[in-house]
Amino acid sequence: MTAPLIELKNVTKRFGNHTVLDRLNLTVFEGDITTIIGKSGGGKSVLLKHIIGLLRPDEGDILINNKPFKEMTRKEQTQFKRQTSYMFQNNALFDSLTVFENIALPLREKTRMREDAIKSKVMAKIDQMELSHEVIHKYPSQISGGMQKRVALARALITEPKIIFFDEPTTGLDPLRKNAVLGMISHYQKKIGFTALLVSHDIPDVFFISNRVAIIDNGRIIFQGKPIELEQSENPVVHDFIRGQINLKDDLTGLNTKQEVMDLLIQEMDRANRLQANFPVIMFTIDNMTQINKHVGYITAQRIVQCLSTLLKEHFGAAGTSARFSQNEILMVLPHTDIKEAEKDLNELAVDLQKQEIFQAKSYPKACLSFSVSAGLSEAKQGTDTDSLIGQALSNQKIIAHVECIKQGETA
Amino acid sequence: MQTGTDYMAQATNAVIAPFNWLGGLFVAFIRELGAIAIFFTHAFCLIFSLPLQVNKTIQQIFFIGAKSILIILLVGLFTGMVLGLQGYYTLVKFGSEGVLGAAVALSLIRELGPVMTAIMIIARAGSSMAAEIGIMRISEQIDALDTMDINPIRFLVSPRIVASLISFPLLTAIFNVIGIIGGYLSGVCLLGINSGIYFYRIESNVLMQDISGGFVKSLVFGIIVSTICCYQGYFTHMRPGGFGAKGVSLATTSAVVLSCVLVLIVDYVLTSFLL
Repeated sequence: MTAPLIELKNVTKRFGNHTVLDRLNLTVFEGDITTIIGKSGGGKSVLLKHIIGLLRPDEGDILINNKPFKEMTRKEQTQFKRQTSYMFQNNALFDSLTVFENIALPLREKTRMREDAIKSKVMAKIDQMELSHEVIHKYPSQISGGMQKRVALARALITEPKIIFFDEPTTGLDPLRKNAVLGMISHYQKKIGFTALLVSHDIPDVFFISNRVAIIDNGRIIFQGKPIELEQSENPVVHDFIRGQINLKDDLTGLNTKQEVMDLLIQEMDRANRLQANFPVIMFTIDNMTQINKHVGYITAQRIVQCLSTLLKEHFGAAGTSARFSQNEILMVLPHTDIKEAEKDLNELAVDLQKQEIFQAKSYPKACLSFSVSAGLSEAKQGTDTDSLIGQALSNQKIIAHVECIKQGETA
Repeated sequence: MQTGTDYMAQATNAVIAPFNWLGGLFVAFIRELGAIAIFFTHAFCLIFSLPLQVNKTIQQIFFIGAKSILIILLVGLFTGMVLGLQGYYTLVKFGSEGVLGAAVALSLIRELGPVMTAIMIIARAGSSMAAEIGIMRISEQIDALDTMDINPIRFLVSPRIVASLISFPLLTAIFNVIGIIGGYLSGVCLLGINSGIYFYRIESNVLMQDISGGFVKSLVFGIIVSTICCYQGYFTHMRPGGFGAKGVSLATTSAVVLSCVLVLIVDYVLTSFLL
């Protein structure tokens, strides 16, 4: 494992008599997306502001590359600051500057780029954020909250920083855009390779993109580790916390949560073991998700997931319980169902899915891309465990719907 | 049971308490002035950091200077007219209404010009400086500048100080000229003083020393007004008992009050040195 990039050691912060951070320890590794989750008012934003130097701890140390921040020279501090950028919870856009000037400000003030180079760079960012070109001459108060969020994201990314702090980047966005923003963060993180520190409430979506998760409660980190370790954590406080947060359904797709499906799966496998009541599971995968993101946008990618989940409900109805297993995978558990029946339903679903508008190449006149949805069945029997069941489903996958790139001039 | 020493202590406390309070207030005031002085030094040094912020300074000159011209013209004209009127009725008792021109011009150039201009700019531009910076503070825009490694004092305060240093003397000059014309209107056109005498007295009595004194005053006022108004806005969040919009309103109020008071106090001090 690489050396920690940022390390907080016994950091304490009090505002008057109120202790916000209480001997807090946190480690952030380079190149990771680390997510901090916790209750509102639990000191998450305060924590971020400590790392970026807007607030100073009362006690304890903040180490950047193993060097305490307070012992760093002014030059080193400036150097660290130049590599970072911060996306504020309330966006903190300059309300007397236009959207364009807001995004261009860090470049104008801190670089010696020529005005036309700045312009093309800003316009490229605006396109990436799927903002319309009419927006650029408006002022932040004239655009919607969701747009403001994306402008703030554009401003944070424009300097190509090495470390980005996101203070609730998805709060106040509609479900489609929420996933789109998370997707965007993940995409750019993979592309540029920055280190991200995220504060978020969007469980479980945020787990799909994070490498590490930390839970803050009463000013302390009660858990930090990989998302998978979090799910397996025995700590009752952690468990309660996650349960409390993710009991809501995925508001975009109407899918159940991963936790619910995994609980159901374990319960049903137990039944299968005892009563030999075999049941099928189906794993759906959207292949080429990154290509979809790249060519036709994050929102389309989310629409495909949405479309798939709607059809799942139509075809399997109450018999199946399904959840996002990862960003591009959906797991469906079908207790009390025969595998033959499931196969038949799956075939019907495949036909229906291919008919959807979203799977017609002509829906994407400007881009040339191919993607597909695959599905794999496997049967839970006496003695199988979850890992091998899911592994088997994955290896059984076949393409059930696809879009092929058709170059202009050719016919289908 | 209270003993004699307890009563003694209580009585002493009662006597000392008001002095304590007064002393505390004074110390707080001096502290605040010290903080403002450091703030100004910081901002002033950053004026010269490269690259120079020419565009922002011009914008501020437009806002503080150019947009204040109309109000300065209006106030200057009426101040001059009142001076002419009042001066005439006082001077005519001694039969020396001929020196009206000198009286109007000297009181304008040495005193009223710089002070009235400063007070008008406080009302127009100073309050808006405090409010604008205060809102930027409470909506975390200043923190955002900080995270982008843009020095907020350099970005926000320095251009305003330069703009004030340029605008104040110019506006004062405009105020003086229009004031003298106002005095001419009421003294010559309405009350019938000889127009040649009016201007002859001005020419013979106003010395270069008077003009440069007024110039120094206007420069000092420019520094005081811009620094205090920016300072109050910049530290809105440190204000006890006022958060959010309330904090901004308190900051604006105290910016206006404090800069008016300081302008008048410093005016007295400067006058006593310049005389």
